[in-house]
Amino acid sequence: MARVEETTPESTPGATDTASGTAPDTAPDTALGTVSGTAAAGGGRVAVAPKGVWSGPVQSVRDSLVVARRNLIRMMRIPEVVVFGLVQPIMFVVLFSYVFGGAIMVPGQSSADANVYREFLMAGIFAQTVTFATAGAGAGIADDMHKGLIDRFRSLPMARGAVLTGRTLADLVQTALTLVVLAIVAVIVGWRIHDGVLKALAAFGLLLLLGYAFSWIGALIGLSVRTPEAATSGGLIWLFPLTFISNAFVPSSKMPAFLGHIADWNPFSATVQASRELFGNPEGLVSDAWPMQHPVLASVLWSALIILAFRTLAVRKYRSATA
Amino acid sequence: MPGAIYAEGLVKTFGDVRALDGVDLDVPEGTVLGLLGPNGAGKTTAVRVLTTLLEPDSGKARVAGVDVLRHPDQVRRSIGLSGQFAAVDEYLTGRENLRMVGQLYQMGAREAKARASELLERFHLADAADRVAKTYSGGMRRRLDLAAALVVSPPVMFMDEPTTGLDPRNRQALWEVIQELVAGGTTLLLTTQYLEEADHLAHDICVIDRGRVIARGTSDQLKARTGGERVEVVVHEPGHIEVAEEVLRGFGKGEIAVQRHTRKVTVPVVGGAKLLAEVIRELDARGVEIDDIGLRRPTLDDVFISLTGHGAEGGDGAEEEVK
Repeated sequence: MARVEETTPESTPGATDTASGTAPDTAPDTALGTVSGTAAAGGGRVAVAPKGVWSGPVQSVRDSLVVARRNLIRMMRIPEVVVFGLVQPIMFVVLFSYVFGGAIMVPGQSSADANVYREFLMAGIFAQTVTFATAGAGAGIADDMHKGLIDRFRSLPMARGAVLTGRTLADLVQTALTLVVLAIVAVIVGWRIHDGVLKALAAFGLLLLLGYAFSWIGALIGLSVRTPEAATSGGLIWLFPLTFISNAFVPSSKMPAFLGHIADWNPFSATVQASRELFGNPEGLVSDAWPMQHPVLASVLWSALIILAFRTLAVRKYRSATA
Repeated sequence: MPGAIYAEGLVKTFGDVRALDGVDLDVPEGTVLGLLGPNGAGKTTAVRVLTTLLEPDSGKARVAGVDVLRHPDQVRRSIGLSGQFAAVDEYLTGRENLRMVGQLYQMGAREAKARASELLERFHLADAADRVAKTYSGGMRRRLDLAAALVVSPPVMFMDEPTTGLDPRNRQALWEVIQELVAGGTTLLLTTQYLEEADHLAHDICVIDRGRVIARGTSDQLKARTGGERVEVVVHEPGHIEVAEEVLRGFGKGEIAVQRHTRKVTVPVVGGAKLLAEVIRELDARGVEIDDIGLRRPTLDDVFISLTGHGAEGGDGAEEEVK
């Protein structure tokens, strides 16, 4: 009957010792000495994972970093994923600026100038690229579900949100890497920043925040579908209308009125507009809609809102996740 | 006093399927319970409920003295779970996998590292420790998965079909590991569809079918329920089958079964080894040359068929036969 108390690690002096791997010293020399070590710890069938050493937010951060590290190691060992993640945005830069560039006139300019369009376009491509983190996060988490790793994690005494936070943090690192490469390509095709490095860094900060927010949408998708393949396509299809019905590739003023309104209030447009402003790139004719007039604030608010909503939903889903 | 694993009236439905239909379990500390049943019997669902991965619709469960529904976090500190599908990260090395699990059990980095090395050594994975798990054989993965479940030497272990898909040599090796574990005092709940496995490893057996426990007891008790022992003779010459039949009829206490293509004659008997000697003398006197003779007790397979009306492997087509 006393076992109820004994399983609470704080009340069991032997608990930490067993967990620290010192048990074998006292254990018979069997092939599984540590197992025997549990018995050697006395009558107490102890709950051996120490509690209270790391608790609350500290444990949360620590567990998230452990999982993030694991995901980053994976990314390094499957470089194809990172490489393919780079090919598409680079292709978009080249295709849009050279194929469409001469034909699209940015409002406020006197003629269709490929150089002007290229500068206009780049913030849009950056923003679209960061949202592709959705697919990565979704596929990664769906794969973990599929392989039974989520079961393993859920049976461990770890912080609830850590598996998902770790994944989204790793995706953030990958997104940052992609942005660096993409910025280099952009500079090569003629894109420049005009308002200084600090503002440009602020723009990249907003872009990363948007990417981070979208990876939480991906996390929820990954937990909701059955296969990594479904998560990849489920994470991508809706991104096309979302990123095209926006100010990313053509100014919203050129769209039919109702699409224009959607584009103005599209969370994605706010970040694009904010980046254009901060980069000092041509903005076209900017609509009077509130997010377009206050794009930096709108971008932060939208991203924060997405993180709040989708993190809550995803963590709840994770707690009852079934492979 | 309830055991280290205790469940009462567990019910879990998925749509129309009652995966658990009022399951009671009681596993005394330091013993092994074999949960035996065909695919889809509810074994995995039971394990998932007891390891906090799934909430039952109704019922109570306590593991290591802690209420599973009320304090799942505390339960997670006292259990190890080794699943049906080896849940290791295939892009991490064996060492990285174990270190990660250690850290998620809230060990310090150095501790986790030391424990990983120790376990790799014990499970004969030291040579492969720094290779990614993707390159491991099925048996090695299973050992790594088991090692991951034992990182903190949990007092209560759950193994869901630990040897499914393993070759006989690897199965034997895993059995030895499990036996050492139990010798060290660990309480174990093991699910299996191999009757031989339950016979070999478990102190007590629960036969489960369609979400219900249909029989429980020791292996001997279950066999006794099915009926007593039999004498089985394999004659050398097909022509001697009739003579052997005649001899066995004289000793038997029931219907004789003859299998012509294997030249096997079987009859239920009462009297044990002494009777067997008499049978051999009599056959010898009648000039019957025998390839094999033995006193057979019913296998758990026989038990299963007599309890459920269908074999352990193929449950299909037998839906109506069980009440």
